[in-house]
Amino acid sequence: MAKTTQPAKPEELSKIDYTPPATDWLETPVEFKPGTYCHGSRIKYLEEVGFPNPREWAPSDEDWKLPANWKDIILEGMKERLGKYRSFQLFMDICVRCGACADKCHFYIGSGDPKNMPVLRAELMRSVYRKYFTTGGKLFGKQAGARELTEAVLKEWWYYFYQCTECRRCSVFCPYGIDQAEITMMGRELLNLVGGQTDWIGGPVANCYKKGNHLGLEPHAITSNIDYLLDDIEEISGIRPEPSFNRKGAEILFVAPSGDLFGDPGTYTAMGYLMLFHEIGLDYTWSTYASEGGNFGFFTSMEMAKRLNYKIYAEAKRLGVKWIIGGECGHMWRVLNQYMDTWNGPADFMVEPVSPITGTKFENAKGTKMVHITEFTADLIKNGKLKLDPSRNDHLNVTFHDSCNTARGMGIFEEPRYIIKNVCNNFHEMPEDTIREKTFCCGSGSGLNAGENMELRMRGGFPKASAVKSVQKKYGVNMLANICAIDRAVLPPLMQYWVPGVSVCGTHELLANALVMTGEKKRTQDLRLEDLPGIEEEGEGEEEENV
Amino acid sequence: MGIFFSFSMIIALVVIAFAGVQLANMQFIFGVVIPYAAIATFLIGVGFRVYKWGRSPVPFRIPTTCGQQKSLPWIKHSRFENPDSTFDVVVRMALEVFLFRTLFRNLKAETREGRVAYGSDKWLWLAGLALHVTFFVVLLRHLRFFMEPVPFFVNLTDSLDGFMQVGTPHLLITGVVLLLAAVYLFFRRISIPQVRYISLPADYFPLFLIMSIAISGILMRYFTKVDLVRIKALTMGLVTIGPVETDGIGAIFFVHIFLISILLAYFPFSKLMHMGGVFLSPTRNMANNSRIKRHINPWNYPVKVHTYEEYEEEFRDKMKSVGLPLEKE
Amino acid sequence: MNLNDLLLEKRSAILQKWFDLIIETYPEETAKFLKSQKNQFSNPVGHTILEGIEEIFNEVLGEPDPEKVAIYLDSIIRIRAIQEFSPSKALSFLFLLKKVIRAEVINETPEYHMLEELSVIESRIDDLVNISFDIYMQCREKIYELKANEVKNWTYRLLKKTNMVKEYKAEC
Repeated sequence: MAKTTQPAKPEELSKIDYTPPATDWLETPVEFKPGTYCHGSRIKYLEEVGFPNPREWAPSDEDWKLPANWKDIILEGMKERLGKYRSFQLFMDICVRCGACADKCHFYIGSGDPKNMPVLRAELMRSVYRKYFTTGGKLFGKQAGARELTEAVLKEWWYYFYQCTECRRCSVFCPYGIDQAEITMMGRELLNLVGGQTDWIGGPVANCYKKGNHLGLEPHAITSNIDYLLDDIEEISGIRPEPSFNRKGAEILFVAPSGDLFGDPGTYTAMGYLMLFHEIGLDYTWSTYASEGGNFGFFTSMEMAKRLNYKIYAEAKRLGVKWIIGGECGHMWRVLNQYMDTWNGPADFMVEPVSPITGTKFENAKGTKMVHITEFTADLIKNGKLKLDPSRNDHLNVTFHDSCNTARGMGIFEEPRYIIKNVCNNFHEMPEDTIREKTFCCGSGSGLNAGENMELRMRGGFPKASAVKSVQKKYGVNMLANICAIDRAVLPPLMQYWVPGVSVCGTHELLANALVMTGEKKRTQDLRLEDLPGIEEEGEGEEEENV
Repeated sequence: MGIFFSFSMIIALVVIAFAGVQLANMQFIFGVVIPYAAIATFLIGVGFRVYKWGRSPVPFRIPTTCGQQKSLPWIKHSRFENPDSTFDVVVRMALEVFLFRTLFRNLKAETREGRVAYGSDKWLWLAGLALHVTFFVVLLRHLRFFMEPVPFFVNLTDSLDGFMQVGTPHLLITGVVLLLAAVYLFFRRISIPQVRYISLPADYFPLFLIMSIAISGILMRYFTKVDLVRIKALTMGLVTIGPVETDGIGAIFFVHIFLISILLAYFPFSKLMHMGGVFLSPTRNMANNSRIKRHINPWNYPVKVHTYEEYEEEFRDKMKSVGLPLEKE
Repeated sequence: MNLNDLLLEKRSAILQKWFDLIIETYPEETAKFLKSQKNQFSNPVGHTILEGIEEIFNEVLGEPDPEKVAIYLDSIIRIRAIQEFSPSKALSFLFLLKKVIRAEVINETPEYHMLEELSVIESRIDDLVNISFDIYMQCREKIYELKANEVKNWTYRLLKKTNMVKEYKAEC
């Protein structure tokens, strides 16, 4: 990108023949540009969980205060991981650089920075791999695409491995299934070995480890916050659900991303969960200990992810529940689907999930005993167990964003769509290349959703925003639904910047808007406490609720 | 980067073989010693590479899912994009290996500035498939030099391949397509800016090598007309590890066989190993059934965790104050 | 022939040159990508610029409708505002239009009245620059607002954490 640190001289303005770097990519060092990277982790966060090399540092510092033997640590770490992960070993070896992935990455599309092409982002590490682990690279060096591991290279890794959201879109298009997410994960693990952690990831990890959730909410804060949601539910519907916490003997443990308990619009989704479970009389409990479904540890190292994930099964066992329902969250479900049982299973102390309302067996979850809430709800609707009034969502023109992790690490496409189509009258898909397995990332996943990273996030989210904009133009879409807590946190600013007029919600917010609860009062407000258009009772304005 | 380097390597190789045979009379070296050494390198090298890959375990079940998961019975499961059984995985892999399914995914009509056009990746799919299929057929055809009697399917391939019945000997279409596909892939590599930017010498070299092998083969068959009987005697000698006679064979043959030897010897050290890799790729060859059946990580190890007891210990008072149940009062 | 007709005649050449010059404000490798793809979703940056400059050009030839032209200026500036350009470089693309038009006019050995018309068109472009300053600032302010909001959300959460939720809510 253009250098901007110096104000341009007048003659430069009219000239504008930007001279590209004369060097090829192997030799073009990285420049840390404000707005495109996250702060380095605070000491206390690393200390809390025992991550290496806690110190005061900033990524833009000349001196990263690396341990003296940092190079050995990295190379040793690479060697170990090459031996432990076939994916890593294979993906270092078999890329033919066909370029099929090149223009599939949202960061590349949004920035045009060639090092954001998945293939090149991977080559950043492959070049080092060749130098130290292959005969060709040792013998022929640069001609074989190999290069020394230097501090500049390490910084480049850091910069670009924190410009990848591990969304796996490139993997869909790679003829060998090479998954940049795997390489980014390995890269971040290695960087972690020498203290290359970001504050935005380090904080939630430390919080989650000690307090059970990313936000660091202590038990009393969780219950009081849910209380506050219950106030709102009561105001809207006249019904006050009575959820329980840490209750032994409940049939089901419910685990949500903690983001849903705080910060709008996640809270509305949480209200949706509460209202739904109340209405069907589900025998379930929340846990303040396993109060996080998400897993920022997944963005640091496999080991850390496992340490955080441990709480879910441990709590299910302690409470003696029969099975678990998981809330709407993206990377949470990647972890639950592809890693949890392997790390912390087997879950043989529970039983195969059966919906107590419909009797449906969730056979696809008979091993992990953990059901996605949209699977659970879709089944309820299909069996006619919910009374729904979709007209309450008539003021919304809804489109659905598939989250990367649930799309490409699980394949959950139809369940949320089925729910939305049953609770909304106006639903429109985005263009084909931007949804389902080809969905574009929000641009802020995998722990990149820090405020200081805003420019990068806006760039990375631009392809998705363009897709939303096209349906806004075409159909007047004003609501972007999703099943991911990170989406609910980061899509609002993305929309505010690129597509003003489009709000963001979880699927269960829409459901609860439409859910006709037994004994409820006449609804005049939606879950956002905004007046439902066309309902006259309070006689107030019928302004759209959009931002 | 590296086009010139790779190209000069190829020229040098051709010159070495030509000079070695014409000037130094090293027919035996180029016709026998080097091919044996190359085959040995190929077998051992590929074996070692695959062994090395196989040795790294697959700790997690990480298929890239490209379609609807198997969930509730009334939701249509996208079996081959998101397989949940071994059979489905086999189909997914077969589509991948034989039809280059993933590259085909890029194939899509799109509207560009008002008119319908096809994405350039259709050509990548087509050229890639053409290169691989014709390479395979050419290999099959060459079995006639290594088997006596020549099996029927080899003769059949030959006659199908020469269906156009032009020229003497009949023009075999696969050799030409192979060359064209390689040339296309080369031009694609240098003409698409992103692809050119990421290309290494190791990307040009195999393309040039394949082109030069095809060219030398075509020259031999249609233009310089080498003595096939003597060549067959030599190649049969090679496979039966019997006596080998190298007299009376044109230099072009030795260039051809030398380049093939280089390809074989280079294979295990290069990206050409993607052939084996595609079968082992965990994002493609695994079923998405980790919620049904537990996947075992052979190196799973216990980690330090924060237990509920520790948690309650720290927050007991606060938990009590809001009436949360406790293990220890 | 008046200038407007001349420019209309050369419309596609001017747009092409203008587009190329804008793309050249990006690093070489980026520029190649932005040029190579025309698909709305696989190259939204290039697409938006292309679409935007066409409309802006049309407006410049007529009497610009400030509201309409702002939409297209906005679509381009919004992208450049988050792309590591200094403010001056972010907006330089409008001056490039002057450059392109001037070059076209001079090639035609213009009559005097054309130069007069040129100055009219150039001052229209100047007006667009003025509008663009405002848009650019709005974009940057939006970014800072979004950043600030994230911090605010955190403090709000802190308030909740310390059980000050009820008071906070009552005040709202």
